[in-house]
Amino acid sequence: MSENDSGPATSQPSVASDRGTVEAPEAAPSPADALSSKGPGAGIALLNAVLEGSSTVVTILAIILAVVIGGLLIAFTSPQVLHAWSHVFSAPGAAFSQAWDVAASAYSAMFEGAIINPHTISAAFHGGSTAAIFNPLSETTVNATPLILAGLAVALAFRAGMFNIGATGQFIGGAFIAGWIGFAVSLPIVIHVVVAVIGGFVGGAIIGAFVGDLKARTGAHEVIVTIMLNYVMEYLLLFLLGLAVFRASGSPNPISPQVMNSAMLPLLAGHNLRINAGFLVALAAAAAVAWLLNRTTLGFELRTVGANQNAARAAGMSPEKTWVRVMLICGGLAGLAGASVVLGSDFALTPQIYGTYGIDAITVALLGRAKPGGVVLAALLYGSLNAGSVTMQAQTQIPVDIATVIQALIVLFVAAPPFVREVFHLRARRGAAEGQLLAKGWSS
Amino acid sequence: MTTMTLVGQQRFAFDRQRVIATIFVMLGLVDIFVFGLYSNGDSVFTFTLNGAAVSVPNLVMAAAPVCYGLGALTVVLGFVYAGMRLKKLPQRLVAGTVTLAFVVAFLVWSDAGRFPLPFVSLMQSTMLASIPLVLGALSGCLCERSGVINIAIEGQLLLGAFAGAVIASAFGSLWFGLLSGSLAGGLLAILLGVFAIRYMVDQIILGVVLNVFASGLTGYLYDQALVPYQTRLNSPSTFSPVKIPVLGDIPIIGPILFDSTIFLYMTYAAVALVHIGLFKTRWGLRVRAVGEHPTAADTVGIRVLWTRYRNVIIGGLVAGIGGASLSIGSVGSFGKDMSSGQGYIALAAMIFGRWTPLGATGAALLFGFSVACANVLGTIGCPIPSDFLLMLPYVATIIAVAGFVGRSQAPKADGQPYVKS
Repeated sequence: MSENDSGPATSQPSVASDRGTVEAPEAAPSPADALSSKGPGAGIALLNAVLEGSSTVVTILAIILAVVIGGLLIAFTSPQVLHAWSHVFSAPGAAFSQAWDVAASAYSAMFEGAIINPHTISAAFHGGSTAAIFNPLSETTVNATPLILAGLAVALAFRAGMFNIGATGQFIGGAFIAGWIGFAVSLPIVIHVVVAVIGGFVGGAIIGAFVGDLKARTGAHEVIVTIMLNYVMEYLLLFLLGLAVFRASGSPNPISPQVMNSAMLPLLAGHNLRINAGFLVALAAAAAVAWLLNRTTLGFELRTVGANQNAARAAGMSPEKTWVRVMLICGGLAGLAGASVVLGSDFALTPQIYGTYGIDAITVALLGRAKPGGVVLAALLYGSLNAGSVTMQAQTQIPVDIATVIQALIVLFVAAPPFVREVFHLRARRGAAEGQLLAKGWSS
Repeated sequence: MTTMTLVGQQRFAFDRQRVIATIFVMLGLVDIFVFGLYSNGDSVFTFTLNGAAVSVPNLVMAAAPVCYGLGALTVVLGFVYAGMRLKKLPQRLVAGTVTLAFVVAFLVWSDAGRFPLPFVSLMQSTMLASIPLVLGALSGCLCERSGVINIAIEGQLLLGAFAGAVIASAFGSLWFGLLSGSLAGGLLAILLGVFAIRYMVDQIILGVVLNVFASGLTGYLYDQALVPYQTRLNSPSTFSPVKIPVLGDIPIIGPILFDSTIFLYMTYAAVALVHIGLFKTRWGLRVRAVGEHPTAADTVGIRVLWTRYRNVIIGGLVAGIGGASLSIGSVGSFGKDMSSGQGYIALAAMIFGRWTPLGATGAALLFGFSVACANVLGTIGCPIPSDFLLMLPYVATIIAVAGFVGRSQAPKADGQPYVKS
């Protein structure tokens, strides 16, 4: 393995050395190869990579395409724009400029909510708070934290040739145990939060291991089992929160008591910013998964099982044992995501605490090409879209759901490189049989 | 499925028949020791709706003895199932009887000593809840029999519900809404088809992503357009029930099966058409050939890709009708994410029914029943929390994939893109 895979900090989406099961083998050099090979041919190789649409290029183009379609959707559902277009023949310029303005203002509001807002900088010079400058970035990390952890839960399973749609159920398991330890158990300061986070891992791991065990014992397809478990866990959560034991006293709604201060994930940058230690936990988890995948026996086994089950069996490995172990870890990671939400941003269990993290995790894992570093980057992108869309709705009244649309489109396009190539008139890959390895169906 | 059978051969120490028989016996024991022992007093089932022409007397039963009897019968059937090599038809009869006995024992127990159970309205809401599930499951059958995995049923239902409500409201015509709902399901199916067949995207991923897309799109349009223009865009009326002459007047059965909206009748027709189409016609034989062995089908001149496109789109049209039934069949408006996982229940029903239209319909009815129970039994004070009743379809599916359908059954080429070699 190259230096690219040592950890999330250095693992840009380079694909040369480390291919996941979700990715087809490539015949053409990737840009990482092109860039690293110094010499007269490097420039041409890079050009080739762009023209042939290497996976990094496809990812970038997919994001651009999704953002453009999202912009069109924003523009052409806005009442002002539709009004302007009803006069398109008398004032065609106004129609186009109006459409551009609406989409541009939406995206700039999104940028201000996710990355940086120029007004806060000038305000800081005039005696405003400096924390406000970093608030958008802080919000992005808060949104990205559970996505990193749950995304890793899906990505790791991908590498072992399994499809973990059950991050939602595992998330609930983790959030519940972490939350329960947080509000019902009194422990000393530091120890409390550590125990609660470990509890989150355990809560998710139990659910995950159940899935792996069932697959190993009976051959039950993990896609079906995890989908079903998601709903089982959702109703179980609803039921448990209905019980007096788990409900905040005096609350008419099924909401748990708030977790104690000692169980909250510590804030990293003062009380005005929500960025908390959960983000560090997520980064550490990504590094741990990278280490697990590339430096351990289990990682080697799971990649082998993912690449070819029969070969793994012939080599003396036990795919069944690997499934159970992998799903245990995956469940634990999704459980950590649950813990990061209940101990880091929500502070109480609600019937809707699982949000859409479980499903977003799939899209994050795909966008990150099932590699830990990629997952971190993808989660940061999605976290920024989520954080930005809240600001966008507040400023321009455009519903936050547009972020979901854009996210779905990005993944749809990333999963279909030939489509992106057709749209942008890129050359077909030489000898690359993309897609065939991607699609395995129920028989995986 | 090759690898999975391999696993099965190595790991299965017990055979399927014994597992199923064990489950039967356990169900029988639950009948006796849970439902029987914890039943006090009488159960009363009422069969007459208000204003019905013919009144049927109420059924009054001593709850505990009924449960004991049903439980004993189930246990005996379980041993029969384990001990005798039954043929296919008796096997199914036994399984059906066991399920029915369990359901009746459950109803008797949950009603014992409480308000009378309105049997007819329970069954009516079962049918109502089953419509989107059945149509969604049929969509799944149509797609997967031709070799394309359809997890996007949820999205098809959601888009169907959205388009149905908006168009019916905007144009003031329910029929137009129904048609648009169907077409919206078909549009998502076209996306599914193009990306699965032409661009060979992993179909499980694709389905999940399309569901997210449908949820985001309808959620966005709902907030952007439907909330501000509620009266113009999101206030369709609903189809009113049409009573079928003669059949609709039969006591008990009539109000349940023949006095409903057009959606229920369309569902009957769809089940019959898909079943006959898939298993009794040349068309169906070709579809199944494409789903099982596309190369062979291609060799004899069947157009594989075209067959898949066509089936995926027909499936989408069918699921779209199911979606429309959610908004203009009963509720009368569109709500955010109103399909609420029913597409996934439909998927479960299809798997539970082993990729056959009739099996899927049976499973969908069972799941619809558990949803109806959750709604109706709450009002009579059922001892089981409604959360657990709502959980039931999902738990049943997990048990089913682990015990019954864990090995094989999916069409052989399901989910594998076809490349002409």
